Amino acid sequence: MDMKRTYYEDVQLVTSPVVLFWLALLFVFLVVFPFVVGNYYVYVANYIAINIIVAAGLNLLVGYTGQISLGHAGFFAIGAYGTVILMAKAGLPFLLALPCSALVAAGFGFLLGLPALRLEGPYLSIATLGFGLTITQIIGRIELFGGREGLHAPDIVIGSWIINTDRQFYFLLVFITIVLLTGMRNLIRTRVGRAFIAIRDADIAAQTMGVNIVFYKTLAFAVSAFYAGIGGGLYAFVLKFIEPEIFTLMMSIMFLAMVVVGGQGSLMGPVVGAGLLCWLDLKLRNILDIPFLGDWLEALSRSWFSITGVSNIQYIVFGSIMVAIMLFEPLGLYGVWLRTKRYWRTWPF
Amino acid sequence: MVDFVQMIVSGVAVGSSYALMGLAMVIIYKTSEVPNFAQGEMALVTSFFTMMLLTTFGYPVWLAFALAFVFAAFLGAFLEFAVLRRAKNPNILGTIVITIGLEMVLLGLVSWKFGAEHKTMPFPIGPYDSFIIGDIFISKLEALTLVSALGLMILLFFFFRYTRLGLAMKATQQNSVAAKIVGIRTNRIMMMTWGISSVVGATAGLLISPVIMHPFMMWDPMLKGFAAAVMGGMTSLPGAVVAAYLLGIIENLFGGYVSIEFKSVVAFAIIVLVLCFKPSGLFARHYVKKV
Repeated sequence: MDMKRTYYEDVQLVTSPVVLFWLALLFVFLVVFPFVVGNYYVYVANYIAINIIVAAGLNLLVGYTGQISLGHAGFFAIGAYGTVILMAKAGLPFLLALPCSALVAAGFGFLLGLPALRLEGPYLSIATLGFGLTITQIIGRIELFGGREGLHAPDIVIGSWIINTDRQFYFLLVFITIVLLTGMRNLIRTRVGRAFIAIRDADIAAQTMGVNIVFYKTLAFAVSAFYAGIGGGLYAFVLKFIEPEIFTLMMSIMFLAMVVVGGQGSLMGPVVGAGLLCWLDLKLRNILDIPFLGDWLEALSRSWFSITGVSNIQYIVFGSIMVAIMLFEPLGLYGVWLRTKRYWRTWPF
Repeated sequence: MVDFVQMIVSGVAVGSSYALMGLAMVIIYKTSEVPNFAQGEMALVTSFFTMMLLTTFGYPVWLAFALAFVFAAFLGAFLEFAVLRRAKNPNILGTIVITIGLEMVLLGLVSWKFGAEHKTMPFPIGPYDSFIIGDIFISKLEALTLVSALGLMILLFFFFRYTRLGLAMKATQQNSVAAKIVGIRTNRIMMMTWGISSVVGATAGLLISPVIMHPFMMWDPMLKGFAAAVMGGMTSLPGAVVAAYLLGIIENLFGGYVSIEFKSVVAFAIIVLVLCFKPSGLFARHYVKKV
C-alpha cells in the first residue's frame, strides 16, 4: 500500500493528488473560517493553534526521541516573557523578537538537555518538573519582568500592518503554525529525525551504529524548547497580559496530555490532541451552561457534591481521558485512526 | 546560634512529611517501577474522608483514624487492581501518564465534593501546641510527624527484611517471572504494596491536614517527597528518608540565610545538581541498562 520505489518518494511533501485535494480544501477552510464564525471562535482557534505548536514541539521530545518533559511551561514562559520584553523594553520588531526569545528558550532547552543525557524515567521527570517550577518562580521575582503584577503585551506591528484584533492575529498564527508543522515534518524525515527515532527505540544500539547521542539528545531538547518558546511568544498576544501564575505545573501536564491523547510519535497526533483538549478545556470552564448535561450536573452537585467545586469536573474529565488512552490505545487518537483505516481498507472481507 | 538550631529543627520537622511521602513512593517504585504521581492525591482523599467522618458523622477520633487507614489501604489496592494492572506492559512514560491522570481524577473528585474553600480538620493536637526546649520551639504536631516518619521507616525496614510478605515483595521487584515460578502471587503482592504505600502516604496527609487543608495541599509535599525519593535513589528506603531530611534542612537554611523567596524551589535546584553528579541518586547502585 505505501510502497516507495525511489528516495524522492520518501521525502516529497504531497504524496498523491488525493492528499493535494484535501490539503487545498483545508487551506480554503482555514482562510474562510474567521469570516464565517464569531469573534469567540476565532479566539478559540488562536488558542488551539498555539497549543498545537507547543504540543508538536513536545511530541518531538516525547514521541520521537523518547524523553520525558514535565517542564515545558518553563520554556513557554521564557518565550512569552522574552518576546514581550524584547518588544516593550528593547524596542525590537515582533518578527525579530519572537525568534530571538524562542532561541533563548532553545538555549535553556540545551542546558536542560545536558543533565538529561544521563537521566531517564522518574529521574528525568523530576528534573524537568523542577526546571519548570524554578523558571516561573525566578521570573516572578525579577523587577524587569513585572514581578507578580505581570506585563501587558504591546500591539504587533509588521511593516505597515498593525495587528490588534483576534481575526488579524489568526492569519499570522495560521501561517506560523503551518510553517512550523511543515518544518517538523521535514525534520523528522531527515537524518536528524531518524537519529531521534533510533534513540527512542534503543539508545545504546543507536550509539553503536554511530549516532552521536550527546548531540542529538540535546538537539531534541533545544528544538522542542524552541517550539515551546514560539508558542509562548504568541500566547502573550492572545492573552494581551502575562503573569507568572499562568505558567503552572498543570500547564506542563496539559501539554504532555495533548501529546499522549493525540498520539505520540505521529505528526497529526499532537494537532488532534491539542484541538480536542483545548476545546474541552474552554467548554468545561462553563460546564453548567452545557444543555441537558449542565442541569443534570447541577442537580447532582447540589445533592451529593458541592456547587462551588463544580468547575473541577474538568480535572476528572482530563484525568479519565489520560488514563483511558494509556489503558486502551497507547498510540492515542492517531492509533484509533490507524486501526479504523486498516479495518475499512479491506472492509467486506 | 539559637536561630540556626531553630532552623535545623524546623527543617527536620518539614523533612519528616517529605520523608513520609518519599517512603510511600519508594515502596511502590521498589516493587512495580511505577513513579506514582497520584500518591499525594491518595493521601488527600484519605484526609478528606477522615474529616468527613469526624465532622459530618461525628465519629470518635480513634475510630475515624482507624477507618481512615483501612480506607487508605483499600483505596491503594483498588487503584492498582482497577487501573495499573489493566495497563499491558506500559513503558515508563505510560505509567507516568496513568498516575498523573489518576491524580487529576482524585483531585477533581475531592474538590468537586468539598469545594475550593479551606477546611479545618478537627485533629486532637492543634497546630499551635508546642514544646519549648531551651529557646527552641517545636510544635507537637511536628514532633509527632518526626516520630511517625522514623517509626514507619524502621518498621518498613524490618518488614522488607524479615517478614514473608516483605521478602515476597522484594522478590517480585527483582524478578517477577522467577517469583511467580516459586509460587508468589505477584498480582496480589502488587495490590498489597499499593495498599501499604497508600497507608504511609495517608499518614503524611493526616499529619499535614491540621495545618493546611484544601484540595491542593498535597502538591508541595508530594513533589518534595518525590524529589527526595529520587535524590535517595528511588529504591532505597533509608535513602529517601535521609534525602528528605537533607532537603528540609537545606530549604530552611536557604530560606533563613539567603532568600526566603526562592525557598520553595531550592529543593529542585539541588535535585538537578545531585542528579548531574549521581544520576541514580545518592544511595542506589548505578543502574546499568542491558541492550
